[in-house]
Amino acid sequence: MNKCLERLYNGIIKENPTFVLVLGMCPTLAVTTSAINGLGMGLSTTAVLVMSNMMISMLRKIIPDSVRMPAFIVVVASFVTIVQFLLEGFVPSLYASLGLYIPLIVVNCIILGRAESYASKNPVIPSFFDGLGMGLGFTVSLTCIGMVRELLGSGALFGIQILPESIYTPITIFVLAPGAFFVLSFLTALQNKVKMKKGKKITECGADCASCGNKSCAGHFFNMTGDPSVSIEEAAKTAEKKTTDSANKE
Amino acid sequence: MRVKENSNISASPHIRERLNSGDIMLMVVIALLPATGFGIYNFGSQALVLVLATTVTAVLSEYIYEKLMHKPITIRDFSAMVTGLLLALNLPPTLPVWMGMLGAVFAIIVVKQLFGGLGQNFMNPALGARCFLLISFTGKMTYFVYDGVTGATPLADLKAGESVDTMSMLLGTIRGTIGETSVIAIMVGAIFLLLLGIIDLRIPGTYLLSFVIFITIFGGHGFDPQFITAHLCGGGIMLGAWFMATDYVTSPITKTGQIVYGICLGVLTGLFRLFGGSAEGVSYAIIFSNLLVPLIERVTLPKPFGKGGEK
Repeated sequence: MNKCLERLYNGIIKENPTFVLVLGMCPTLAVTTSAINGLGMGLSTTAVLVMSNMMISMLRKIIPDSVRMPAFIVVVASFVTIVQFLLEGFVPSLYASLGLYIPLIVVNCIILGRAESYASKNPVIPSFFDGLGMGLGFTVSLTCIGMVRELLGSGALFGIQILPESIYTPITIFVLAPGAFFVLSFLTALQNKVKMKKGKKITECGADCASCGNKSCAGHFFNMTGDPSVSIEEAAKTAEKKTTDSANKE
Repeated sequence: MRVKENSNISASPHIRERLNSGDIMLMVVIALLPATGFGIYNFGSQALVLVLATTVTAVLSEYIYEKLMHKPITIRDFSAMVTGLLLALNLPPTLPVWMGMLGAVFAIIVVKQLFGGLGQNFMNPALGARCFLLISFTGKMTYFVYDGVTGATPLADLKAGESVDTMSMLLGTIRGTIGETSVIAIMVGAIFLLLLGIIDLRIPGTYLLSFVIFITIFGGHGFDPQFITAHLCGGGIMLGAWFMATDYVTSPITKTGQIVYGICLGVLTGLFRLFGGSAEGVSYAIIFSNLLVPLIERVTLPKPFGKGGEK
């Protein structure tokens, strides 16, 4: 059970697909003009992600390695078609406003990414929770972006007018394309700030800076003190001091 | 680490010169004063309030951002002041003050500081903010009043095929944004900068020339001096050509590049004005050309002395 909870936490917070992995940018930027759209897109993706993760995990021993990509796409596309018909039948208004972006879920890199990196290597139950965690992470991010854009761009929240025109002039740019970039970048910066403050355990990354792909860290997580409870700031200071010392010795 | 301790690292060019960027920016502020003064005389106290609010907000947001980010405070180089002032000159006098202040914050924080501060911004901050406001508050940004009468700008009249009074466009007693109306006031400042050698004719000259050629060919009036003068005196083309296209940071540094850049500006402005949806297109033409600058610089890179030649 612990592993399942860990998967949920991983998907929603630690490896949030939007703010941390920066995956699936096309729907993130395009459909988050309102909170409802963001929520609808997020939940549709979650449904597809959960089902495709389970199906791929079940089939993982049958699918030959050389044709795994086409096989994954066929599985994902089938579920997307089901979701598309369900949306068209039961929530036509949402279907109309999401439009083209529903079929595009097929090529959403979060789904293929999870299939490739998790579901094809793990049993069904953890894969289910992995899909659920990632999907919920995506939903939460899209809803947040949608809420900010809708509030600033039209003074409403979930379609309900909160700030009347008399006291707030909507900044229209936020419901247009540039607004998506502004809000995404500011929310990403904000969550980075919050995460940094909490003081992450530094050795989590393995402290192997030479082979690390995370360029944004710039050695800050490299804990030279060897004590995992030290905060980033302290570790960075120690690292800096050591570098300076060795430079002075030369 | 050691390099940082022993030497002062700064962006190129490393040329010894008495004039520093603060002096240049101060000269630009002085050169903008005639246009600002005329705008305030023309549109009254609300223009004055808008100019002051926007300029002060620009300087303050630069100060606060740099303070919070523990960066060196650069408000003494007047660049934030130039940005705030230029932004104000690009706004209609009736715009609510808070919108001008929002534009100033956007110009300094989003367009300038987030990309690394002075010298690193890829588009003119004042124009970036103007376009931000134009998209956000289209109604308020295209609401022009002169002498208590609301109406279209002469440029919009021209686009609608009506006749305009070129003389008052030259003097500036027309509807428009605070700083763009008076060609004479702008030219006084521009000549001041030209005489000091702070700007040269290459960018504005090719800009205006290619614009004239473009509207002569595609304007539908042939070589009609009245039509061409009206287009040159109307809208923001003069303010844009002399004060914003010549921004050091966002224009090419190579000489050929500056000519290519000027031609791009002229053609784009003509294209937007004649075939675009709205009557004005200077600000979009300039920020669009700003984005082309790295490409222009790449193709017009001068050959180092001794390289190339016959083999």
